[in-house]
Amino acid sequence: MGDAQVLDTTRGLADLHGLWRIRILEEKVRELRLSGEIVGSVHLAIGQEAGPVGVCTELGADDAVFATYRGHGWALARGVPADAMLAELAGRTTGLNGGRGGSAYFTAPRYGFHGENSIVGAGAPIAVGAALAGKYDGSGRIAVTVFGDGALNQGATHEALNFAAAFKLGVVFVCENNLYSELTPIADMVAEPELHKRAAAYGMPGERVDGNDPAAVRDAARRAVERARAGEGPTLLELMTERLVGHYIGDAEQYRPPGEVERAKQAEPIVRLRAALAAAGVTDADLDASESRAREEIEQAAGTALAAPIADGATAKEHIYA
Amino acid sequence: MPEATTTAPAPAALSLKYGEAINAALVRLLTEVPETLLYGEDVAKPGGVFGVTRGLRRRFGDRVFDTPISESAILGSAIGAALMGRRPIVEIMWADFSLVALDQLVNQAANARYVSRGEAPAPIVVRTQQGNAPGACAQHSQSLEALFLHVPGLRVVMPWTAQDGYDALLAAGHSDDPVIVIENRTLYAGEKTEVRIDGSPRPAGWTTVRRPGRDVTVATWGAITARVLAAAERLAADGLEVEVVELTWLNPLDLTAVLDSLGRTGRLAVVHEANVTGGFGAEVLARVAESGVPLSTAPVRIGTPDSRIPAAPSLAEALVPSVDAIAAQLTKLVQEKP
Repeated sequence: MGDAQVLDTTRGLADLHGLWRIRILEEKVRELRLSGEIVGSVHLAIGQEAGPVGVCTELGADDAVFATYRGHGWALARGVPADAMLAELAGRTTGLNGGRGGSAYFTAPRYGFHGENSIVGAGAPIAVGAALAGKYDGSGRIAVTVFGDGALNQGATHEALNFAAAFKLGVVFVCENNLYSELTPIADMVAEPELHKRAAAYGMPGERVDGNDPAAVRDAARRAVERARAGEGPTLLELMTERLVGHYIGDAEQYRPPGEVERAKQAEPIVRLRAALAAAGVTDADLDASESRAREEIEQAAGTALAAPIADGATAKEHIYA
Repeated sequence: MPEATTTAPAPAALSLKYGEAINAALVRLLTEVPETLLYGEDVAKPGGVFGVTRGLRRRFGDRVFDTPISESAILGSAIGAALMGRRPIVEIMWADFSLVALDQLVNQAANARYVSRGEAPAPIVVRTQQGNAPGACAQHSQSLEALFLHVPGLRVVMPWTAQDGYDALLAAGHSDDPVIVIENRTLYAGEKTEVRIDGSPRPAGWTTVRRPGRDVTVATWGAITARVLAAAERLAADGLEVEVVELTWLNPLDLTAVLDSLGRTGRLAVVHEANVTGGFGAEVLARVAESGVPLSTAPVRIGTPDSRIPAAPSLAEALVPSVDAIAAQLTKLVQEKP
């Protein structure tokens, strides 16, 4: 946060609440995965909450967000109800997609959340198409595609960056650089670890942002969104962050050097924002209320989700064709 | 009482080559369906490397545009645009090139409707062309329909006549599913034929009995239908009557048309240009076997042997089923004792 004098405490408290909602949702997901209510591969974004919180406040209802399998937080920040999301993860009929999407591939288009994606980099060209449609349908829609650092080494992402730049499409490319591409350090897989620099080669602005600070993310997102809406084309934002957990639940994280996670915990978004708000004079009671409201919401959502019936196998073949 | 129209009605039929018929269908879709977008590599200003999209940029402006050589971005953006209500028709210049972006077809387009329970389908049309022709090389000559047909969620049509080319494009453009229209470049330079261009879009899934016969049913599709018909003509001179059932749509497949024909002939051959192993011919045979319809002799698959396709015409012709080879195998099939 840096400059406590200019901290907008109302905005900061709202951000803190946004961070907590994602954090507590993710903790609940972990709990349900470990208890067996949720099965399969689950990728948490604990520590990376500032990205969705900072970006999504800059978006309108018509704008389209495309995320990755680490997308729970982006969906929540987009307004997707936690109960329908948890029901989806737990394979319930009331899930967003009735259990067809699961943790890694759910979609909630009515909230402007057009899916997670389990194929690294695949969402970027699709987001380009959503922005392309905005050129013809008069909606003024822009598209945000979120991906990890590893996705910048995928061909599809390069094709999307170039396509969007060549046609000046309203796409915001958001790279969440958490320093690891799945289990491998990004630094070992690129010669130039400042990934935002690639933007220049495509003829678009690229910016490295403190991805653990929702206000810094918001400022950068606003510039990118304004540029996109003005028809000036795409922007690549590189949000520097760290995940405080493994790539997936069950990841032993033996690839992470000792002390790394502990250090990251000192710089994670909630710790930082809470300290900054406290320094700016926000009371402990207000700070605690931000957390407890989120906890109450998620607890209630989990109860609703788990009370719903298991998805009916008799419907498994529905919706393959029109 | 018919209402007075303010515009002159289009002629009901035109004399068109195969590629021109497809162009006419694109004109109609771009005219009648304002959400239609048409794009791909070299399709707009150059009018397509085979000329199929000629004149459309001039007529429809920026709804028709050229793209970078980026198959993932072409297919992926089509999906994204379709998710937002556009009706994109994209060209993958050679079917072989779709392989560099198969993720967008298999993992993305085919899943969109299913995962969202119908809330967010991706009705895209992918026009491509495939098959062997003189001077092709190994990466410009494959027949890939079976690859697409293995993927639930995708529709596949392989029109052979100009009329079917027109009807297939029109049906695909109105379909709410992702449809892959597989053309064949050997057909583009064919004769002009009468093509009806009025009327409602034909529902997907049609099959045509191109030639009636009593001795053997040949189920076939795509450009090789011409060779099957030539073989059938030759055999007719020897008194052997081949019934040729052309499956224009492979998904949805009209199996009934094949079974009906087998009720008349009792013998089945499948002829396709694609490799035999895992080809769609194997699927047709399997479905016929499952149907329990009695056959008087064992069915046969006639296709390209499991080989790569060479560049030299003499080598390629040695592999792709010729009229002679088809005729010989059909003769052998019919001469087998029941």
